[in-house]
Amino acid sequence: MHVEEKLTAETFPAEPEKATLEGKNKFLGFWFFLGGETVLFASLFATYLALKDSVAGGPSAKELFQMPIVFLATMLLLTSSLTSVYAMHHMRNFDFKKMQLWLGITVLLGAGFLALEIYEFTEYVHEGFKFSTSAFSSAFYTLVGTHGGHVAFGLLWIITLMVRNAKRGLNLYNAPKFYVASLYWHFIDVVWVFIFTVVYLMGMVG
Amino acid sequence: MANHTHVQNPKVDVQYRRKKNAEEMKHQIISFTLMIFLTLIAFFAVGYEGFSAWFAVPFILLLAVVQVIFQLYYFMHMSHKGHELPALFLYGGVVVAFVTVWAFLTIVWI
Repeated sequence: MHVEEKLTAETFPAEPEKATLEGKNKFLGFWFFLGGETVLFASLFATYLALKDSVAGGPSAKELFQMPIVFLATMLLLTSSLTSVYAMHHMRNFDFKKMQLWLGITVLLGAGFLALEIYEFTEYVHEGFKFSTSAFSSAFYTLVGTHGGHVAFGLLWIITLMVRNAKRGLNLYNAPKFYVASLYWHFIDVVWVFIFTVVYLMGMVG
Repeated sequence: MANHTHVQNPKVDVQYRRKKNAEEMKHQIISFTLMIFLTLIAFFAVGYEGFSAWFAVPFILLLAVVQVIFQLYYFMHMSHKGHELPALFLYGGVVVAFVTVWAFLTIVWI
């Protein structure tokens, strides 16, 4: 079986992401990578939790965090997770155009989230909460910034896939690529669920 | 493609698969609705003055864990067959994550 074969809705396999050996390997390798990402974020969360009260005279979590912006960011990212589910749904139905459309919506929502985060960080800096202000500020910017970096990378990744395959259409060569990118996007959302709970909501509780 | 081109009437197969996909999408929307609902409860629990931190913190942590289970098992398809190794990798990471957080919280006292 060669991966660039032109397929139809009838010949397209039910699980296109795992129909080739390369796809199977990508799938396993990517989950292994996600296990490593879990450990990476665990070390950042652990650092944050250990240092969150060391404010060194600078602003504290309770003084800084505003519920509306965090809520809006959460809703944007959660919704973008659902829209990428829609994209994979259309991929399995061999509907390339609809998949691209939903991936595009995912990218827009993700970009909205990133814009909110950049706005939030610049506001904090104006309030005198810089990276080197305190152990709390360093731990906060490193944890939330690493997540934001993942969002930015995910956006570039999905956009690249969309552009590169725009004329190719769906086949068994690129289906695993789209699938793995969507797994990455969901994982970013998983990390955000813990960030909005552990960093923002627990910070506001005090 | 041997498995699929040999189906006698591929159109029937396609219709069956589309129906299955549509059904799965329904489950996805249900889990999304639940996730949004859990998020709203978490924000409300923190915004509402009546709850003490002793109640609110463990409560929102529990909501986060439930929400992540939905995300992993539905959105990331871990409930499907063939996810034994992914589960091993992920739970391996989760174990290290717990130990790391625990170690940092007990070892750092500044």
